[in-house]
Amino acid sequence: MNPPSNAGPELPVDSQNISPAVLSPTRPIYWSVRRELWENRSLYIAPLMVAAVFLFGFLISTFRLPNKMRGLAELDAAKQQLTVVMPYSMAASMILFTGIVVGLIYCLDALNSERRDRSILFWKSLPVSDRTTVLAKASIPVAFLPLYCMAVALATQLIMLMLSTAVLVVNGVNPATLWTRLPLFQMTLVMIYGVTVHALWYAPIYGWLLLVSAWARRATFLWAALPFVTVLIIERMASGTTYFAAFLKYRLMGAMTEGFAVDALKGPVTRLAQITPLNFLTTPGLWVGLAFAAACLAVAVRLRRNREPI
Amino acid sequence: MACIEARGLRKAFGKTIALDGVDLRVEEGRIFGLIGPNGAGKSTALNAILGLTRYQGELKVLGRDPWTERDLLMRDVSFIADVAVLPRWMRVWQALDYVGGVHPRFDRNKAEGFLAKTDIGRSRKIRELSKGMVTQLHLALVMAIDAKLLVLDEPTLGLDILYRKQFYDSLLNDYFDRSRTIVVTTHQVEEIQEVLTDLMFIHRGRIVLGCSMEQFEGRYLEVMVRPEHVEAARALRPIHERQVFGRSVLMFDHADRDQLGALGDVRTPSIADLFVAVVGNQVGQGQGAAR
Repeated sequence: MNPPSNAGPELPVDSQNISPAVLSPTRPIYWSVRRELWENRSLYIAPLMVAAVFLFGFLISTFRLPNKMRGLAELDAAKQQLTVVMPYSMAASMILFTGIVVGLIYCLDALNSERRDRSILFWKSLPVSDRTTVLAKASIPVAFLPLYCMAVALATQLIMLMLSTAVLVVNGVNPATLWTRLPLFQMTLVMIYGVTVHALWYAPIYGWLLLVSAWARRATFLWAALPFVTVLIIERMASGTTYFAAFLKYRLMGAMTEGFAVDALKGPVTRLAQITPLNFLTTPGLWVGLAFAAACLAVAVRLRRNREPI
Repeated sequence: MACIEARGLRKAFGKTIALDGVDLRVEEGRIFGLIGPNGAGKSTALNAILGLTRYQGELKVLGRDPWTERDLLMRDVSFIADVAVLPRWMRVWQALDYVGGVHPRFDRNKAEGFLAKTDIGRSRKIRELSKGMVTQLHLALVMAIDAKLLVLDEPTLGLDILYRKQFYDSLLNDYFDRSRTIVVTTHQVEEIQEVLTDLMFIHRGRIVLGCSMEQFEGRYLEVMVRPEHVEAARALRPIHERQVFGRSVLMFDHADRDQLGALGDVRTPSIADLFVAVVGNQVGQGQGAAR
């Protein structure tokens, strides 16, 4: 990564002092994101680890690959594709899922650790606004992790494909069968869509966790979960209904149910025909969620301004 | 324009009043010492000045409202809250990169120059550095920022005496010039007596004394009175009296130096002794020592 250029020297106060008079507004946010990655190395290591473990497992499974490909012709077309696609789809889902989990853990701590170690006093001694800081932190689960995990997932799939091709060639099996059954381009488009859909759908969860991490002194996870567990129990005891549980389930699963066709939930999504962007964009749950996320971030900005080291 | 101007500054934490109507004016180019015991309101006053805490009353720092314009203000203000706030996970080069990245007035070469005089390696993590090294690093970062106002809150807390001396030496020699303003709070009063140009005592959220060091030296005198002159000295209405090695030391405000010279050895009191005298008189008892 190269920092954006800082053009425009200031009138020098002394002869050697040349520094830019005006910073472009993107510079503080760029450096704020960068410092998050310095501090939280698990953000980029964890998806890589998952990819590595998966590739190791896949490498072992390639011993059976030549036989599997030879027997492929006996299956019907749908089964053929499922057999070929499954490991690729699983690799991507596992890596992207890791990204979401890492993002959730990150948010719970993002505005808390800087108060715990008092470094917030250092950050606040620099000309970076609370809004920039909170937005930079929010961009980690909403923008950085999805893009990064997608890149890792894609790289993993390409390595898998190269490995498989090599194994097949060595064993005298024509790799064309594999290549024709694997709609990698369409799968990539679906992945871009799926990642975007999940980032938007989960934004209120990330926002809520950031808010709690700015507010709570400790035990951020308990505070984050407490209101929901309370409502769940009260509803159950008062009326015996489970509307709130359904609401929570909808928030966790909604990206899949609203963003994809019904059959997408049963197996790997490989065709653009399986996505339903129009339905997703017209779901009130998306917009209510985004509004809630924006409100959480606004509160987090205010809290960060007010809060002192723990 | 004054660098800092406060009128009727108030801040309460629940029922505890940290600042009780503080008026304060710091002119450009001064080294201003805010002196008081723990809990007197020093840090609260500084936090208000730095936009870290909400307050009542009027406050302008370099013409800005610190609470609403902290990020803009921090282009012209540097501060060291205390030595332990640099993020422990950070590496030295990351700190240099980051401050250079976000601060328009940071001179990387200058910071590298300061660090070259130390043993601090660029790839070291801050948690691996000694307390003295962390302070040196923080100071190198701050001194490389071309700021108009530098605020130091107990900057030498927890440092051994060698570093404390070095700290103020490099501050004066390498950083301070007449276009900058420095505000410093400490309860290690002795070590900044030579450094300050202005002095302000704060006690229980109120300003109990404010003067320049020239005024301080012209106004206050301390006499170690010879035993036979004690009654004569007391007749001159000292503001404070204490016993040192069995002899009376009396402090005077606006007294005639020659007249006092006849009674014993005359000298300028230390800031700490003056604090005890002033605060002791206000409270009616000699509590709240300044050290």
